Amino acid sequence: MEIKLKLNGKNIAASVEADTVLLDFLREKGCLSVKRGCDTSNCGLCTVLMDGKPILSCSTLAVRADGHEIHTLEGLQEEASDFVGFIADQGADQCGFCNPGFVMNTIALLRENPDPTDDEIRAFLAGNLCRCSGYDGQLRGIRNYLNSRKA
Amino acid sequence: MEHKEYKSINKSVRKKDSMQLLLGKPVYTDDVTPKDALVVKILRSPHANAMVESIDTAAAKKVPGVVDIYTWEDVPQTRFAIAGQTFPEPSPYDRLIIDRHVRFAGDVVAIIAAETEKAALKAMKLIKVKYELLPAVLDFRSALDNPTLVHPEDDWEPPCEVGGDPKRNLVASDDEIHGDVEGIMAQCDIVLERTYHTKAYNQAMMEPFTCYASFDRYGRLHIISSTQIVFHTRRILSRALGIPKSKIRVEKPRIGGGFGAKQTAVCDVYPAFVAMKTGRPAMITYTREESQIAGSPRHEMEITLRMGAMNDGRIRVMDLYTLSNTGAYGEHGPTTVGLTGHKALPLYTGSLEAHRFHYDVVYTNLQAAGAYRGYGATQGIFAVESMVSELAEKLGMDATAIRDMNMIKEGMVMPAYYNEIANACALDRCMEHCRQMFDWEERSKVRDMGNGKIRTAGVAMGMQGSCISNVDVGSATLKLSEDGTYNLIIGAADMGTGCDTILAQMVAELMDCHVDDVAVFGADTDVSPYDSGSYASSTTYITGMAVVKACNELKKQICTIAAGMMDCEEEAVEFASTCVRRTGTEQTVSLTDIAYKAQVGSTVPAETTQTHTSPVSPPPYMVGMVEIELDKLTGKVDILDYMAVVDCGIPINPNLARIQTEGGIVQGIGHTLMENVTYDRNGRPAESSFMQYKVPTRQDMGRLKVEFEHSYEPTGPFGAKSIGEIVINTPGPAIAHAIYRATGKWFRELPITPEQIAMSLAEE
Repeated sequence: MEIKLKLNGKNIAASVEADTVLLDFLREKGCLSVKRGCDTSNCGLCTVLMDGKPILSCSTLAVRADGHEIHTLEGLQEEASDFVGFIADQGADQCGFCNPGFVMNTIALLRENPDPTDDEIRAFLAGNLCRCSGYDGQLRGIRNYLNSRKA
Repeated sequence: MEHKEYKSINKSVRKKDSMQLLLGKPVYTDDVTPKDALVVKILRSPHANAMVESIDTAAAKKVPGVVDIYTWEDVPQTRFAIAGQTFPEPSPYDRLIIDRHVRFAGDVVAIIAAETEKAALKAMKLIKVKYELLPAVLDFRSALDNPTLVHPEDDWEPPCEVGGDPKRNLVASDDEIHGDVEGIMAQCDIVLERTYHTKAYNQAMMEPFTCYASFDRYGRLHIISSTQIVFHTRRILSRALGIPKSKIRVEKPRIGGGFGAKQTAVCDVYPAFVAMKTGRPAMITYTREESQIAGSPRHEMEITLRMGAMNDGRIRVMDLYTLSNTGAYGEHGPTTVGLTGHKALPLYTGSLEAHRFHYDVVYTNLQAAGAYRGYGATQGIFAVESMVSELAEKLGMDATAIRDMNMIKEGMVMPAYYNEIANACALDRCMEHCRQMFDWEERSKVRDMGNGKIRTAGVAMGMQGSCISNVDVGSATLKLSEDGTYNLIIGAADMGTGCDTILAQMVAELMDCHVDDVAVFGADTDVSPYDSGSYASSTTYITGMAVVKACNELKKQICTIAAGMMDCEEEAVEFASTCVRRTGTEQTVSLTDIAYKAQVGSTVPAETTQTHTSPVSPPPYMVGMVEIELDKLTGKVDILDYMAVVDCGIPINPNLARIQTEGGIVQGIGHTLMENVTYDRNGRPAESSFMQYKVPTRQDMGRLKVEFEHSYEPTGPFGAKSIGEIVINTPGPAIAHAIYRATGKWFRELPITPEQIAMSLAEE
């Protein structure tokens, strides 16, 4: 099937199988930040933005992206750079395999709610699993970033 | 206690790879390998124990895109082990690449190589297999001397003697007695005997098992794998495939988590075999389901503990028996079990007069277990710490006071730990620090919140080791570059823990440079100096000391070159950060000039490789305290606060040590409250995806607070001990203790689920 979409700001056309999932399509297009962790929509590693909203690309068919705009972390480096250094300062990146999905969802959170409480952060990011960090370091990083913006 | 001021040690510098990781750069196996590899898929047995009577791949091979399909008839007949351990491995050689005898639901029946995943999966459905079903050993309590043998074959081979006998389904056994166990037991005022059961938890690292195999420019097998053990993997593949080690190169890129799962070569042999057969690059990536059902999880264990104590709380004797379930293959079976005693009993060295530690490790027709952070200590500490809390409650004593009375203290000889001396032990300070920080006195009180909920607290201590003593080897190559910066090359594997960074901090400290001026590379069997790999909490302690040695040696060589340049004796010069100075003069030569000199007509290299091992394995120690809120109606337990104080010697990077601790605590909370492993009638884990296997989310772990008590380990780099594993050991017993205080019930099987709690309360 032929699809047209805007990927990280560029208009592209592609031919995809009906059963190709968006995750595989995006990796094939070189967006290697998009990770597969579970196959069952439980881990959040494959989070990308469709028309600005976070979706799980492992459970979205590529054809569903037809006519839409997709952003992966490759396309949002500057926006992510604003805050990920604060997470690095906590050492909370750890193995890093969950980082792109978690960073994408954090971007979505901060766009929707620029000044979230800790509980709002936990709730919004609850679908992003991390097995290494125990989560609190990620939270401290985001909190320090938010505080730095107020200072 | 030695406590120097350092420039780079005990500093929370960023991980060297952090911005790469946080910005989603392509650094993992599947990101860095070419896309034209054959896709390798595995047809797995649906049966727990069966012989492949016949297998017909003709129709499957006709699927367009299928390159070949391999069965038991196509593989070498040399048995091997996939456990990443130093040779000769304690783990038995009990595997073939494909065995006609399949021993668990998930075992390999056929290997499919295809151009696309779609073709491979289509072919998988067309393979016709006829099985002769055999009775299966699914309960590890009935495995020993069961008429059904998991490994009846005659070519089963133990590389070293560990007390196993496959004709009894026995992988290993031992019995160790120190002192007059029964005599002292008879003198005790109170003797408790209980049995504890822990499950085959999955590491659930976010990146599943994955490996790529191709041929390098010399035609050698080139493996790129998400592994903690590049050198062991090379040795394992050499034996399994029957090719020389010189024909194999194994490297790891960044690793998406390991926790011990990747201390076993779980998937590497399959793409390697396909590459050898086809002459083409081949890649395997396990699905999450495969990682759950055919991975390398924790050993399920049942621990029966007898403890004798006096009415004043003095713990005098312990007799600990462990039955360990290694599953269908023996990876890490003979070794994990040892830690259930050796890294639990020494916590009570302060009062323990005698102990017995005995165990059996048995085969079953279940998924093979392996290495998981904690490696048996977690299971042993759940038993010992649960029982100490039960003893305290029975005696009407405070659970921290009974530990104060009995715990290991600095300077003591530990009979249950190979008679090692606790040279650095701040466990007593950890307890006091945690008690104050947590406000134990107030929060351990049982408080009825008036809404059907109860709040109270629990406590536990933990320990681990810092390497496998007299076994683990770490090495470091350090090179001076022409601009005065350094390259550090290691064979240890940073799997997210940050070892690349903390080892660079050590170089920066000793070479008096900035951490950014130390480039780190690891790990590649062609390039790295030998290292056992990153496991057994050894990297900071062992590879760290190799780094210290390499720095000291390189300084000497730099001074030798400089002395030649200044035409004086080596003794007359001193290393001075960016240059070498002729002592007592203003005459210097810069590191840049020295590095260039080493490249021109020189016989002294500006690089060195140094190696380290240790006759001791100094334990880190820890205290954890948890406050819970328990709903009496539903049985739900909410973690409110988890606080811990850790003695890992001197933390090289406090931030990374803290994150290790927080991550380990949350894994432990998962094992205690939600991660379960149950089996269907074929012994297949029901929890085969993250739908059923619930790892904690950020809403399940309450608030964490971690602080440190420093001790100074004289045999470690800058006084450091280990941190990676100990951190998973306190949540089980601490939470079980808190649940007892809330309900009056001891739960001795993990996980403790809401329904178990609610049902036990409903029985009243």
